Amino acid sequence: MKPAPFAYYAPTTLDEALSLLSEHGYDAKVLAGGQSLVPMMNFRIAQPAVLVDINNIPDLAYINAEEGGVRVGALTRHHQSETSPVMARHAPLIYSTMPKIAYPQVRTRGTFGGSLSHADPSAELPTLTTTLDAKFRLVSQCGERWVSAREFFLGLYTTALEPDEILIEGFVPELPPRSGWSLQEVNRRKHDFALAGVAAVLTLDESGICQDARLVFLSVGDHPMYAERASNLLKGQALTPEAIRAATELATTEEIDPGDDIHATADFRRHLAKTLCQRAIEQAHQRAQGKQ
Amino acid sequence: MDKRLIGKRVVRNEDPRLLTGQAQYVDDVNLPNMAHAAMFRSEYAHARIRSIDVSKARAYPGVIAVYTAEDMGADCYPGPPLVSPPPTVKDVIFNSRRQVPLVKDKIRHAGEIIAVVIAETRYIAEDGLDLIEIEYEPLPVVADIEKALEPDSPLVHDDLDSNLAAHLVQKKGDYEAARASADAIIQRRFTIERGTAAAMENRGIVAQWDAKSEALTVWDTTQAPIPIRNGLAARLGLSESKVRVIAPFIGGGFGPKIMMFYSEEMLVPWLAIKLNRPVKWIEDRRENFYATTQERGQVHEVEMAFTRDGKILGIKDDFIHDTGAYDPYGLTTPLNTQSHVMGGYDIPNFTSEFRVAFTNKTIVTPMRGAGRPHGIYVIERMMDIAAKELGIDRVEIRRRNLIKPDAFPYEHGIIDQAFAPLIFDSGNYEAVLNETLKAVGYEKFIKEEQPRYRAEGRRVGIGVLPFIETTGVGPYEGARVTVEASGKIAVATGVGTQGQGHFTSFAQVVAEQLGVDVTDVRITTGDSAHFNWGTGTFASRGAVVAGNAMHAAATMVRKKILKLASKVLNAPEEELELEDGMVRVADIPQSSISLSDLAALANPLRGAVEPGTEPGLEATAYYGPQYGPTAFGVHAMIAEIDAETMMIKILRYVVTEDCGTILNPLILEGQIHGGVALGLGNAYYEKLHFDENAQLLNASFMDYLLVGSTEMPRIEVHHLETRSPLNELGTKGVGEAGAIPVPALFAQTMEDALYDYNLEIRETPLNPNRLFGIARKEKTA
Ligand SMILES: Cc1cc2nc3c(=O)[nH]c(=O)nc-3n(C[C@H](O)[C@H](O)[C@H](O)COP(=O)(O)OP(=O)(O)OC[C@H]3O[C@@H](n4cnc5c(N)ncnc54)[C@H](O)[C@@H]3O)c2cc1C
Repeated sequence: MKPAPFAYYAPTTLDEALSLLSEHGYDAKVLAGGQSLVPMMNFRIAQPAVLVDINNIPDLAYINAEEGGVRVGALTRHHQSETSPVMARHAPLIYSTMPKIAYPQVRTRGTFGGSLSHADPSAELPTLTTTLDAKFRLVSQCGERWVSAREFFLGLYTTALEPDEILIEGFVPELPPRSGWSLQEVNRRKHDFALAGVAAVLTLDESGICQDARLVFLSVGDHPMYAERASNLLKGQALTPEAIRAATELATTEEIDPGDDIHATADFRRHLAKTLCQRAIEQAHQRAQGKQ
Repeated sequence: MDKRLIGKRVVRNEDPRLLTGQAQYVDDVNLPNMAHAAMFRSEYAHARIRSIDVSKARAYPGVIAVYTAEDMGADCYPGPPLVSPPPTVKDVIFNSRRQVPLVKDKIRHAGEIIAVVIAETRYIAEDGLDLIEIEYEPLPVVADIEKALEPDSPLVHDDLDSNLAAHLVQKKGDYEAARASADAIIQRRFTIERGTAAAMENRGIVAQWDAKSEALTVWDTTQAPIPIRNGLAARLGLSESKVRVIAPFIGGGFGPKIMMFYSEEMLVPWLAIKLNRPVKWIEDRRENFYATTQERGQVHEVEMAFTRDGKILGIKDDFIHDTGAYDPYGLTTPLNTQSHVMGGYDIPNFTSEFRVAFTNKTIVTPMRGAGRPHGIYVIERMMDIAAKELGIDRVEIRRRNLIKPDAFPYEHGIIDQAFAPLIFDSGNYEAVLNETLKAVGYEKFIKEEQPRYRAEGRRVGIGVLPFIETTGVGPYEGARVTVEASGKIAVATGVGTQGQGHFTSFAQVVAEQLGVDVTDVRITTGDSAHFNWGTGTFASRGAVVAGNAMHAAATMVRKKILKLASKVLNAPEEELELEDGMVRVADIPQSSISLSDLAALANPLRGAVEPGTEPGLEATAYYGPQYGPTAFGVHAMIAEIDAETMMIKILRYVVTEDCGTILNPLILEGQIHGGVALGLGNAYYEKLHFDENAQLLNASFMDYLLVGSTEMPRIEVHHLETRSPLNELGTKGVGEAGAIPVPALFAQTMEDALYDYNLEIRETPLNPNRLFGIARKEKTA
């Protein structure tokens, strides 16, 4: 389990990194925390000819509060997100989910940008950022662009990133007042990727009617599965058990696409998604009512 | 002052070294000019090799050599059988087929080695692997142990008529007669699947050849350094005294590291001689999943005969055991299963038949538990089913059948894993059961707590069950104890050490005899240059077999000390005391001599050693039991399950263990904790998933769900001590105990927790998906 030979660059400026990427194109890979890329290289599943290590580029690790949300730098370690008061205040869904990602050693190295760019359908950050309607700033030598999370995750380990682009930061909008959130997942062992999971955010109006809702699933499709129709079904409703059940039913029968593997069959994953979705909506509802 | 050291919670002598990274492991051995080996392993489980092309690999910069079976020529022949000949049971069939260093023509399991690349670094060696080209002819695969024995199955070994590796029947009493007089007959089928031991340290070998003195030194992660030394000497045509095998600190053995000979063990020393360079091979985790031996695959068809009031009249068990592609380890595992299918119960009539099947899977050899968990799973599942069918409380039906304290020694009339008679030496089984019930609060839980949980809609179940562990088998181990001139004690033994705390528990045994501090006893294990005789660490035998050899040697040294001191101090031996590294005349503290001075007197520079005596305060002793002692324990668990997700939470875990005299409770509890972790894995997490082509689908820790600290409950351990009458120390083994009852206990607990689903669990390991399936089916059925 040793990687195939590769060239290694450790640029100290963003410009240098971008020029290396533009020079080497598909042969190059960005190295961030290395928690996904290095194991794949050791298994020789990934054999990039060139590694562009971005860890020496200054000022890419930050969590800053801004008007309407929080800006998170690509090199922000999971551990920083897990312990950041700014994250706790402005994006509590992310903050409180971080401990569910792997274990402390991995969280000390793994990065915000790395997890998003890797786009594992079982990873939490892609789902959370989709649920929170985040957007990402992608930069290349030719310029930069902002892409919304919903447009960023395209499929299994596939994103809108071009080979010469680096994801520099994300912007995560803050939830409006009377909002609630929940992340529910089932993991075999505490640090495992989830067998199935779902994130829910809800916003109520003053009379308690659901004004806005987003349900996004993980591990039951090849990318974060936004259950748009089920989310819409909740809007304008009082969140009665029947309404919750109906949305759950719609989401988990029609808007997810679970697969079979050695850990769970598609049927069991669907069952889990259903159980968890119901629980997530209920918990988000409670929180939106200020009960938790 | 209390001079007893045996039984004390002495902290481990070896831990400072281990915890500060100062202990030497095989991978820490780095020699000048050392080359690195990487193995080219077959991706197919069953295939004929059409052609091998290693030319590109040989030409790759940094590659020193590439060898195939053809290059190895006449030196490429199978390893020796580890246990031979087969037991002398009537009509036994045993077909011995053993692995080779490099495969020449036919691949029999995925991961077999076809070629070895030796290079300046392991990185380059692995680059070399990528350049090897093999043309295979895939063959139909034998993946399922039952289908393996069907007449039309493809053959793993073409020279045999079938995949039958062994067949053996053992009987006690007359089951058929018992059956005829029974009130109830219960029949079930159970399946147990494979897991892996997953030691923290994978295997590794470093071999160094000194051409000038024709001496070979091998550092090997083996549990059996002396037999490896002997085997290597024979294989390589060297004198045993010219081969030194060192098993240094090893990060866990659990059985698979006693498999002999692994292909790499035959290969790496050969390469070192051939290339006249030190060669290192360190197994990586992926290799470990394919090439290190595994265990647990069995299918049982069982029948039990009961009286109305739950007394067992007899058992008939018919099972198939998966040995994988070869059977170098003989019949140890299935014989062990056979010995445990009767559990700790008084069962007059018993018929057990097993067939061992060759399959295209990794070789099976004993792994912590070694066939015992299967036996216990079968009998304890049957007891639960019988309790339900006969309407008797599950604890009560067990109580009625446990062997009574006055029935020992309890002779079964069959043979055990070591071909010795299966005799349970001693025990007080019901007392252990009672202790556990009290500790876990069984009555209160059933009467008060569980109904309360159920009223709240929570599914919380309890399980309690007993198990036996046959331990401490022969043939023998030895130890040499020496009082050095410094007054410190040097001890050597041939057994290897893989984390069991030998540097402490053995030291306690010796220190108690010699009246020194535990830290003044320095133990050397597993180095053939230090001790020439031994078999190895397996079968929960270290404390029993090596421990008693230590005790015997220390007792002999004590006698020598007393004899000499008596002369020097001019006092009768009976009046001498050994304490604090001194020999004192009782009540006359000023009349004393240190062990250091005494050691110097025993090894004089002038004068003469009297005829009939030996210099030094040293003795070597051996211990070899006729048959091993049998330990007993009861585990209890309280666990909650979410019936929608099948996620569990273990709320209580209680163990009562009776392994005879306790040497060190701290170490003993550590052994139990580790065992329970493996058992829990075998119950709910750790399963090797092979597909129909015998391809392993989860060969990494991403997908093989090894139980970690986050899954482990807090374990409360209670002890009873029924000394074994078989040995001086009164010890029984405990190394595998923790793992044995857990899958059966887990099943019982889950059935109790999911009471409203009325399910019956007949397989292990389970997982949430499978448990969900079983529960739902039973509910709708
Ligand atoms: C044992 C283990 C358990 C884990 N469990 C979980 C879990 O439960 N949940 C979970 O979400 N994750 C889990 N992970 C993954 C972990 O969160 C990783 O941190 C994450 O997937 C990748 O982040 P990284 O910084 O390590 O990226 P790297 O491994 O460095 O890179 C991953 C990929 O992203 C690309 N990349 C990285 N950064 C950028 C960038 N800024 N711009 C463009 N491309 C980039 C790389 O080229 C590479 O292709 C686990 C990892 C391990 C090892």
